[in-house]
Amino acid sequence: MLKLQLDKNLVTRARQAAKDIAASFDWLFNGYSSVTIERTVLRLMGITGAVKDGTPLPNLVVDDLKKKGVLGKGAAWWLGNACTALKLSPQETAEAVAKGECDLTKIPVQPVKKVLRFLDHNCDQMLELIKKQAEFRNNQFVKFGPRRRPAIYVIVATGNIYEDVVQAKAAAREGADIIAVIRSTAQSLLDYVPEGATTVGFGGTFATQENFRIMRKALDEVSNEIGRYISLTNYASGLCMPEIAAMGAMERLDLMLNDAMYGILFRDINPKRTLLDQYFSRMINAFAEIEIQTGEDNYLTTSDAVEKAYTVTASQLINEQFALLSGVRPEKMGLGHAFEIDPDLENGFLYELAHALLTKELFPHAPVKYMPPTKFSSGNIFKTHLMDGMFNFAGQLTGQGVQLLGMMTEAIHTPHLADRSLAIENAQYIFNNIKDLGQELSLSPDGFINQRANQVLKEATLFLERVAQEGLFSALAKGEFADIKRSENSGKGLDGVFSREADYLNPFLDKLKTALAVN
Amino acid sequence: MRKEKDNIVKPYGDTWNDGKMQLSFTLPVSPDEKGKEAAKLLLKKMGFDDIYICGVRDLQEGFTHFIAYAVTTASVDLSKITVKTVDTEVMSLEETDEFIKANIGRKLTVIGACIESDAHTVGIDAIMNMKGYNHRYGLERYKYFNAINLGAQVPCEELLRRAKEENADAVLVSQVVTQKNIHIKNLTKLIELAEAEGLRNKMLFICGGPRITHELAIELGYDAGFGSGTYATDVASYIAVTLARKKENQ
Repeated sequence: MLKLQLDKNLVTRARQAAKDIAASFDWLFNGYSSVTIERTVLRLMGITGAVKDGTPLPNLVVDDLKKKGVLGKGAAWWLGNACTALKLSPQETAEAVAKGECDLTKIPVQPVKKVLRFLDHNCDQMLELIKKQAEFRNNQFVKFGPRRRPAIYVIVATGNIYEDVVQAKAAAREGADIIAVIRSTAQSLLDYVPEGATTVGFGGTFATQENFRIMRKALDEVSNEIGRYISLTNYASGLCMPEIAAMGAMERLDLMLNDAMYGILFRDINPKRTLLDQYFSRMINAFAEIEIQTGEDNYLTTSDAVEKAYTVTASQLINEQFALLSGVRPEKMGLGHAFEIDPDLENGFLYELAHALLTKELFPHAPVKYMPPTKFSSGNIFKTHLMDGMFNFAGQLTGQGVQLLGMMTEAIHTPHLADRSLAIENAQYIFNNIKDLGQELSLSPDGFINQRANQVLKEATLFLERVAQEGLFSALAKGEFADIKRSENSGKGLDGVFSREADYLNPFLDKLKTALAVN
Repeated sequence: MRKEKDNIVKPYGDTWNDGKMQLSFTLPVSPDEKGKEAAKLLLKKMGFDDIYICGVRDLQEGFTHFIAYAVTTASVDLSKITVKTVDTEVMSLEETDEFIKANIGRKLTVIGACIESDAHTVGIDAIMNMKGYNHRYGLERYKYFNAINLGAQVPCEELLRRAKEENADAVLVSQVVTQKNIHIKNLTKLIELAEAEGLRNKMLFICGGPRITHELAIELGYDAGFGSGTYATDVASYIAVTLARKKENQ
């Protein structure tokens, strides 16, 4: 069997360093909150919809509380108090606030016990719904059988959710296991989640709760027809990580992009904001039994894939530790890596195998997400198709969890219907053709692949130990990750971070912690 | 075989002027004889002869993918073609630095960004970052460039503000996402704002991206445009030579 001989001592050291890095954010996770976390609380309480100009009700209520300087108690407290006093539902209360008929801060303070009882009941209702969605998914996998490995993951990205549905169904019938609806390019920097079904987007389709619902319904239909459960994924990233995670939980998305540091590095979102938001959003993912996927491929598209291979390993280990803090189980951690080495490099495939095996063996329970070649894909679709074939070969041979299929038109446009179909055909051919090859082969103990994997592991270990010693924020500020410098007190969304008051209330956070047995 | 003065050309399969072309397209038809006939008729209407539908693939949901070979009746006259291209000579990193030192005598400041909604920095990074792309170092590596890469999703206003602040010699804009022609919209917005702020003639405005041509760039009011296959050396040489010429003419 294809298996590396990794230096176990290095594995332990690297993991410990990553653990130390993640553990140093207690002060942040237990002392702060953000506007999107508060909006998430409101969404989970059942508040939905937007006013005429498109401002979502959760934004409107949270902005109002922030303006009045009382958000430090948590939005849940104010809503719970108002609902108890006015005998209204959270939705009715929010609508009254939107109409200017109700000022949450002017409502007489109700007995704490009564408010907590209301919130407790309200909370349980939502958590029950989310649990039901998870149970439904589990039952479908029992009924139709588990997902194949590597699972075939394709994207749709027309900008129009109804057009996306047609393409997603076609892909499912051809053999796709997971459908990702790529988001409109600017969405990660919006500090709100748009409402309703959308038909115009750029480079993708807006992530809205209604769009989630439309696609989930279509995929459920096709799942029943073809007797295979088709998973749906979207992005819990950007300035609205937890809100989108909550929507995904409610609408039964099955996987979600959720990287602890992606927003900081590649979207210039404030480090504190990102870490806080990922902490809460991943708890929601974990409770909903949604598989998270991380974005390590980005390190390789911006830097050299051989030279910086260790940054992928380091980021995977950090992502793992942050995920554990949020109660995500290892079987639900789709840690990422990518096939991005220069195709002109001699023995490039050996490097790819070493890196792919390293990921696989460092995280034996994780449904690792393997990303296709993009950086060296050109307008030469024939060459790109071949590179995608080599990528599929590596994915099957090393037993990756999820194969994000490359498209021959990667460098040209968002995939056309036929492009996607050819990509699925490519993967199915190779997956089937070499199905058990990995069982038949073994690596020479002191051969190139073993040496290379251990070298990357060593570089990652030394790097993580250095970061653990100097602190993650200080390392980010120095540009230690991806050569990009990010400081603790700059970046987008910083003004949405606030420190909690002593009597801060977030009943969902408390209940999720208990349910997931994290503290 | 081709004759010396033969300016009229047709596609080449394996025989001079055979006009053979390889085609691949999808129709909303079923993968049967009727669908195949629809594909043939479409090619016929496009002016193709000798149509051979060699591949028919069911794409599900009522769509079919066709792969075809056909003979075109069209030809082009090479003598009638003119294209606008960036015509400055391409120099190596060392040559460019040397050239700037000799002809301009100071460091040139270049500010780059992916503007507005565009989050794809692969192009601007390939040109500007130290590392560059495919063994050609980016502008950051040049001694005579002060390269400032603002990264993704930079509003036009912000880019121009920084360009003014840094007293930039050139502004580099990358546009990778082109769905619904969003790149044209963004590029137009930038140039209009630059004109309104009186910056347009104070610095070079250069755009790049997979769907950008020099001709399109000129049409939109830019000084130059670079498409796919561009390296930092192309852009660096263009900036150095153009600014040196400008200096000479002052």
